[in-house]
Amino acid sequence: MTCLDHKHILQIDNLSVSFTQYERGLRQIDLKVIHNLNVSVHEGELVAVVGASGSGKSLLAHSILGILPPNCNASGNIIFDGELLDAARIRQLRGKEIVLVPQSVSYLDPLQKVGLQVRKGRNDKHIRRKQEELFSLYDLPEDTGGLYPFELSGGMTRRVLLSEAMMGNPRLIIADEPTPGLHLEAAQNAMSHFRQFADQGQGVLLITHDIDLALKVADRIAVFYAGTTVEEALVTDFQSIDTLRHPYTKALWRALPQNGFHPFPGNQPYVKDMPKGCPFGPRCHQFTPECEEDIPEHIIRCGTVRCIHAE
Amino acid sequence: MDDTLVTSPLQISKRKRLNQRSKTIIYLVLGLTFLLLIAVAGTLLSHAAITTNFMQKNLLPSLQYPFGTDWLGRDMLARTLRGLSISIVIGLFASFISAMIAAILGTAAATLGKTVDEVITWLVDLVMGIPHLLLLILISFALGKGTFGVIVAVAISHWPALTRVIRAEILQLKETNYVKIAGKMGRGKLEIAVKHMVPHVFPQFLVGLILLFPHAILHEAALTFLGFGLPPEQPGIGIILSESMRYLSLGMWWLAVFPGLALLITVLLFDLAGGSLRKLIDPYSAQD
Amino acid sequence: MNTRLYSKFYKYVGQSFVKAILLLLAVSILSFTLVSLSPVDPIRSYVGEVGMANLNETNLAKLEAHFGLDTPPVERYWNWLTDFIQGDMGTSLIYRQPVADVISVKFMNSFLLMITAWTCSGIIGFILGTIAGLYRGRWIDKLIKGYSLLLASTPTFWLALIFLMVFSVELKIFPIGLSVPIGVAAAEVTVLDSLRHLILPALTLSAVGVANIALHTREKMIDVMEEDYVLFARARGESQLSIVKQHALRNIALPAMTLQFASLSEIFGGSILVEQVFSYPGLGQAAVSAGLDGDIPLLLGIAVISAALVFTGNLIANILYGVIDPRIRRGSVHG
Repeated sequence: MTCLDHKHILQIDNLSVSFTQYERGLRQIDLKVIHNLNVSVHEGELVAVVGASGSGKSLLAHSILGILPPNCNASGNIIFDGELLDAARIRQLRGKEIVLVPQSVSYLDPLQKVGLQVRKGRNDKHIRRKQEELFSLYDLPEDTGGLYPFELSGGMTRRVLLSEAMMGNPRLIIADEPTPGLHLEAAQNAMSHFRQFADQGQGVLLITHDIDLALKVADRIAVFYAGTTVEEALVTDFQSIDTLRHPYTKALWRALPQNGFHPFPGNQPYVKDMPKGCPFGPRCHQFTPECEEDIPEHIIRCGTVRCIHAE
Repeated sequence: MDDTLVTSPLQISKRKRLNQRSKTIIYLVLGLTFLLLIAVAGTLLSHAAITTNFMQKNLLPSLQYPFGTDWLGRDMLARTLRGLSISIVIGLFASFISAMIAAILGTAAATLGKTVDEVITWLVDLVMGIPHLLLLILISFALGKGTFGVIVAVAISHWPALTRVIRAEILQLKETNYVKIAGKMGRGKLEIAVKHMVPHVFPQFLVGLILLFPHAILHEAALTFLGFGLPPEQPGIGIILSESMRYLSLGMWWLAVFPGLALLITVLLFDLAGGSLRKLIDPYSAQD
Repeated sequence: MNTRLYSKFYKYVGQSFVKAILLLLAVSILSFTLVSLSPVDPIRSYVGEVGMANLNETNLAKLEAHFGLDTPPVERYWNWLTDFIQGDMGTSLIYRQPVADVISVKFMNSFLLMITAWTCSGIIGFILGTIAGLYRGRWIDKLIKGYSLLLASTPTFWLALIFLMVFSVELKIFPIGLSVPIGVAAAEVTVLDSLRHLILPALTLSAVGVANIALHTREKMIDVMEEDYVLFARARGESQLSIVKQHALRNIALPAMTLQFASLSEIFGGSILVEQVFSYPGLGQAAVSAGLDGDIPLLLGIAVISAALVFTGNLIANILYGVIDPRIRRGSVHG
C-alpha cells in the first residue's frame, strides 16, 4: 500500500451496497451486503479479492461497472487513474478502460455467434482482424467466431471472454471467478494471461473464492469477510502466519493444506444478523469487548487491517 | 470511523410508496368483500330481479334505478347483482373443481413415472388443441345444454394450464438438493411430500385457483351469452347481455353497459389479486 | 458434420408432424364421443317437432340408417373417419348442404377476420410489450400494462356490444350485422362492402388480442433484460439501443413467435363471440347454430377443422423455432 510508490490505477474507499428487502409482514428493510469496503490496485499489479462463495463479492465487481440491480443502493469513492468516478463517468469508461471478464457461458448471448459478440456487433475490417488476432493469440481454432456459445467447451468460453475483454485497450481488468470448475493447474494456466496483462503495467482485480490460486498468481490479496475487506496483504506475507495481520486471515492460512489443514469452526454471519463492530468478533479467539465498537483501518507492514488487536 | 468520510452516491433506488405486499392484501380484501357483498345482495334480490313493472319501462339510469330498467320494467341493478351472484357461484364452483383436477393430474404426472407423465402431458396438449369456447360448446352440447351442461363444461375444461404449472413445479422441486438429500437420508416419500413439496406447491396452487376464477366466470358468461345453458328466469350476466342485444339498436345502452362493467370489475379484481399474489411468492420479484 | 446435424433437425420436424397428426386424431375421437353422448336427437333436429309426429316406422328406420344410429358407435366413428379423410364430412342438418361446402365458405369469411385480427394484435402487442418491458415501471409501462390488464379482463362479447353501440348505433359509421348486405347477391358485394363489415369485428378481436400478447411479451422482455448476457453487454459499454437491437429483440423473438401461434386458438374462440354479436357469417357463428340446433355433422366438422388450425399453428411455430434457434438447428441437447 503506502510502502509502494507505484501509481494507483484503482482505489476504492468506503464502498457500501445495500438491498431493499421484505422483513416479516409489510416492513421493508435495507440489507447492507457490502459495507466500508476498501481495496486498491496499482500499476502492474494483480490483486485478488478472496472470500467465501456466495458472500457478495460479485457485487463489488458490479458496483465498479455500474451494473448493480435497480433495487439496490450504492455509495463510496471509486478513484480510477486519479479521477473520482460517478455513475455517468463509469458508463463512459466501462467496456473501454475498465473491462469485465465474467464467470460463465451464461454471459454470452445464446443466439448470437461469438465472433460477432466479441466484436460488439461491429463488422469493420480492422475490428474483424483484431478479433481474429486475439482468437489466434489465445489458441482458439479459426472457425470459433462462427460458433454459438452452446458449441464452445468450457475452456474455449473462457478464452472467448478474455478476447472480448482485450478488444478495447483496457487499463483495468476485473475478473469475476473466471476459472470455475478448473483444476488449479488449468486455472493457473488461464491466469497466465492476466499475469501477462498486469506485467505490461496495467491492473487486474481478480475476484475469487480460491485462495490457493490467488497465492499462486496475485501480487496482493484482499481478504473479504462478511461484506468488507478485513485485510490487504502482500502475497509474500502468506509465507508465515506471523506476517499476517487479521485473525480471520490467520485462520484461513491454517486451513490451507500445506499448513496443516486445520478446520475452522463456525460460519460467516448472515447479513441480517451482523454483529456489532468487528464482523469476525463472535468467531475470534482474541475477542474483547472493545471489538464491538467501530473498528478503524490500520496500516501495518505495508498492508491494511481492520482489527484492533493486530500487530 | 470511516462513516464520517465523504462518500459519493453511486446508485440510488427509489422506494415505492405502496409495496407489493400491501397491494396484494388490498386487492384480496377488496375482491373478497366485493364477492361477499354481491353474493348477499344477489340472494336478497332474487325476487326483485324478475319483478316486472310496466309503469317503469325503459327508464334511463336515475337515482331510483341506478342501472335503469328494461323493456319489462325490471330493475337492472337488481338483475345485474342477481346475475353476477349466479355467475360468481358457478365460477367459484368451476374453478375449484378444475383446480382439484389440475392438482391431481399435475401431481400424478410428476410422480408416477414416465408413462403416466407422457399420457397426461398428451392429454393437456389434446384439450388445449380445441379452441376453448368450442370445447365448452361441445361439452355443453353433450350434456344437452341447460344449466347443468354449462356448469360441468366450465368445471371440467379449465385444468390444463394449471396442470402444467403444478407438474413443472413438482418436477423442479424433485431436482433440488434438499429434496434429494432428504431422500438419501431415508426420509419416507410421504414425509418428503408433506414437509418439502406441499409448502412450495400449495402457494402455486392457490394462485392458480384464484386466477382460474376470472377465466371460468368469463367463459360461463360467454357460453350463456351464446344461448347454451341458463334459462331466462335465472338471469346470468350472459343472459342479460344477450337479451340486451335486441334493444341496442333502440339506443338502450344501459342494458348492456352496466351489467358488462360489473362483470369486468369482478374479473379484473381477481386477476389483479391473483397476479400480485403470484408476484409475492416469486422470490425474484419480491422487491418489485 | 452438417448432414448429420441437419438430419437431426428433420427428425425433429418429423416428430412434431407425427405428434400433430396423432393429436388431431384424438381430437376427432373426443369430439365424436362428446356429440354421441348428447341427448339431442339428430332425427328430431332434422325433421323438426311436427315432422317427428308424422314420421312412420319405415321412414324412421330409414332416417336412423341415414344417420347411422343403427350401427355401434365404434363402427360409426370409423365410417365417419374414412368418409372424412375422403373429404366427405356428411350433410349439414341446418344448411341442408354438404358440411365441406358450408365450412369452406364460412372458413373463408372467418379466415379473413381472424388473419386480420391475428396480424394486428401480434404486431401491435409485440411492439407495446417490448416498450413496456424496456421501460418497466415508467409511465409508458404503466399505461400499456393498465390497458392490457383491463382488456384481458374484458368479456369479448361485451366489448363487441360496446363497439356496436358506439360505432354503429350512435355514430352510424359501420353497419349493424351481416357481412353481406341483405338482399344483395354475393357476387355483387363490393370489396369495400365486405371491408366495412370486417372492420368492427376485427377491431374488437384485435383490441382483446393485443392485451394478452403485450402482457406476455412484456414479461419476457423483463426476463431477458435481467439475463447475464444483457448485464455483460452493459458492462461492455453497449448502449441501451444496441442491447435491445443486438440481444433483447433476438431473444424475445422466439417466445413471442410461439405465443403468436398459440394465440390462434384464442382468436378462434374470440371470433365465435364476435361473429355472434356482429352477425358475421363465419365458422364461429356456424358452430353456435350447429350447437344450438343439434347439427352434429357440422359441429363435428368445425371442431376438427379448428383443431387442425390450432395444431398447424403449433407445428409452424415448432418448425420456425427450429429454424431460428441455433441450439435446435445445429442439434444440441434439447435447447
